[in-house]
Amino acid sequence: MLEIRNLHASVEGHEILKGVNLTVNAGELHSIMGPNGSGKSTLAQVLAGRDTYKVTQGEVLYEGRNLLEMDPDERARAGVFMAFQYPVEIPGVNTAYFLRAALNSIRKHRGLEELDAADFLDWVKDKMKLVDMDERLLNRSINEGFSGGEKKRGEILQMAVLEPKLAIMDETDSGLDIDALKIVARGVNTLRSADRAIIVITHYQRVLDYIVPDFVHVLIDGRIVRSGGKELALELEEKGYAGVEQKNAATEPITS
Amino acid sequence: MLQVAQKTDDYLSRFAQLEARLAGDGATFLLPIRKKAIERFAQLGFPTTRQEDWRFTNVAPIARTAFGAATGDGEAVEAQQLATSALMQADWPRLVFVNGYVAPQLSSVGKLPGGARLESLAAVAHADPEALQQHLAGYADYQDHPFTALNTAFMEDGAYVHIPKGVYLEQPIHLVFVSTADAEPVVSHPRNLIVAETGSQATIIESYLGLGDGVYFTNAVTEIVVGENAVIDHYKVGREAQQAYHIGTTQIYQDRSSNASSHAVTIGGALVRNDINTVLDGEGAQCTLNGLYLVSGRQHVDNHLRVEHAKPHCDSREFFKGVLDGHGKAVFTGRIIVRKDAQKTDAKQTNMNLLLSDHAQVDTKPQLEIFANDVKCTHGATIGQIDENAMFYLRSRGLSEPASRSLMVYAFASEAIDRIQPQLLRAQLRQTLFDWLPEGHRLQDAR
Ligand SMILES: Nc1ncnc2c1ncn2[C@@H]1O[C@H](COP(=O)(O)OP(=O)(O)OP(=O)(O)O)[C@@H](O)[C@H]1O
Ligand SMILES: [Mg+2]
Repeated sequence: MLEIRNLHASVEGHEILKGVNLTVNAGELHSIMGPNGSGKSTLAQVLAGRDTYKVTQGEVLYEGRNLLEMDPDERARAGVFMAFQYPVEIPGVNTAYFLRAALNSIRKHRGLEELDAADFLDWVKDKMKLVDMDERLLNRSINEGFSGGEKKRGEILQMAVLEPKLAIMDETDSGLDIDALKIVARGVNTLRSADRAIIVITHYQRVLDYIVPDFVHVLIDGRIVRSGGKELALELEEKGYAGVEQKNAATEPITS
Repeated sequence: MLQVAQKTDDYLSRFAQLEARLAGDGATFLLPIRKKAIERFAQLGFPTTRQEDWRFTNVAPIARTAFGAATGDGEAVEAQQLATSALMQADWPRLVFVNGYVAPQLSSVGKLPGGARLESLAAVAHADPEALQQHLAGYADYQDHPFTALNTAFMEDGAYVHIPKGVYLEQPIHLVFVSTADAEPVVSHPRNLIVAETGSQATIIESYLGLGDGVYFTNAVTEIVVGENAVIDHYKVGREAQQAYHIGTTQIYQDRSSNASSHAVTIGGALVRNDINTVLDGEGAQCTLNGLYLVSGRQHVDNHLRVEHAKPHCDSREFFKGVLDGHGKAVFTGRIIVRKDAQKTDAKQTNMNLLLSDHAQVDTKPQLEIFANDVKCTHGATIGQIDENAMFYLRSRGLSEPASRSLMVYAFASEAIDRIQPQLLRAQLRQTLFDWLPEGHRLQDAR
């Protein structure tokens, strides 16, 4: 579904991604772990189409198409979703309206009928139960005045509503208490399916107790330095990033 | 010698004609006032950008155009043409003016409760001039403002609204000023007088509409007297035609414990200047001046506010928002004067602008003149662009670039529209905003 080949990206002249290789197939859940500033969010944002990051080398294929040529909204309509590490507050834009407009733009693209306000409400209410969110949040402005946990659950809600094919979660687990973490994990696990791929970017091993990955990758200084199964996360927890990096500095791009 | 390209003389000779025509008409008290005003205009001439109050607004196009006098051509306008824009569906008491003169067949006043009056100023000046004498031309300054001087000299028609003591008008009063110019440039000088006696309450809406494609000039003045403990909500909606010039003054005088609000929404017109002035002349008076301007193409919109705190314990709130596209230009000046006695003044001013194009331009500035020492005065002005983070967030969920942009502008402007009380007017302006936005039609069910 997703093939990243030798991806280099820079921001304001600083190279941040220095040759990332990664292949993700439908049905798989990959976890990308890495220390502060290693380029995790940069990778996520490049995949979502943020133009402040300049791709200088390499390519990304999504369902065989050149992802990097597509506009952010085109990517979203084609099934790419990124849960933001820092969801944006947008005063004055009603959450329910926004979600319905987003869903309808995607449904239209998929050749499905657009939902009217009433049908949408039914649709979204079920999803809200999944992430244990108060329906009243729908009538507020996007993320405005939401607590940290509400924002993160809001991202999962959006993912559940939009039903992407490829979901990239950028530190959706950070800053959550254990109850909220379980809710987020339940949301993600519910969405796992044979025709969907999920990339969970995280700082902490803790979330992987609840979301069990098929593959774990370690991103350090803009490169994936190691890849392995879920046990790699435990090794990381034990030895820290420095230990893992030394043990195996040269890594082949994994194909799964 | 400097050749000033001004058509001042046209106005002076036309005044002589008007004087002859009005000789012997009812409102004799007005004649000396008119004379003083035209003399003052002759001295002042049209303002230039060398004057502080007109620094960013060049009225040369008005000064050099030979405008003919507009004639009331009510027959030429059909109710249908006004249907949506003039809120004809509302069963509000309504006076319609065409090119400055009342058009009875388009108006519908009915009987107002409590002896309140809504009449053509011309009719009242003719039949009952005493009703006007106390207040007319008593507030809007024609000494320093050349356009107010012109209006004062040439005023003939407009609305006279009187709300007696303690009377509450539930329905808004709607004053509609329609211009039909196509061929020859014409000028009209609508003049309104609104008097709210002690403890009364009313909502007044002034709509300016352009139906023709031609050049015309609306030079309007509205005086609003808000008596003790009275409440007035005033709206001025400017939808002048593309080639129109509009210079208008809203002059509010507030007595003790009164509460006035005035909202100025500007959408149309080539060159628009709104002077909105209030004098808080009684303890405990409150005023709210709100506004929204949507500016595109080569439009120029200038909102010039002046709030004078003359007595203690008065509050003033100013909240203006503007969206600018194309080569649009906007000017906002918020002058707040706090007189020596006006202790415990609480004044707040906000002006926020959203630029959608690199060629759009805004000049915004507060002007505070504070002569009292125990006052609270805050002001803030912003000129910004659409937040790119927010745009990316919306687009990353599948909304197209124009849809995301429209949604952001809608959110920005809504904050001003939400403050508009009459539900029908609010809905109409929301519709106007949708029409103005590139993908606005897709937003229509936003709420
Ligand atoms: N817009 C930007 N402008 C300048 N530098 C940036 C920008 N975005 C990221 N960087 C820099 O790029 C590097 C990688 O940042 P990135 O956000 O991708 O890291 P991360 O792995 O997500 O870190 P964290 O764990 O803190 O979220 C950092 O050094 C960061 O300071
Ligand atoms: Mg990050």
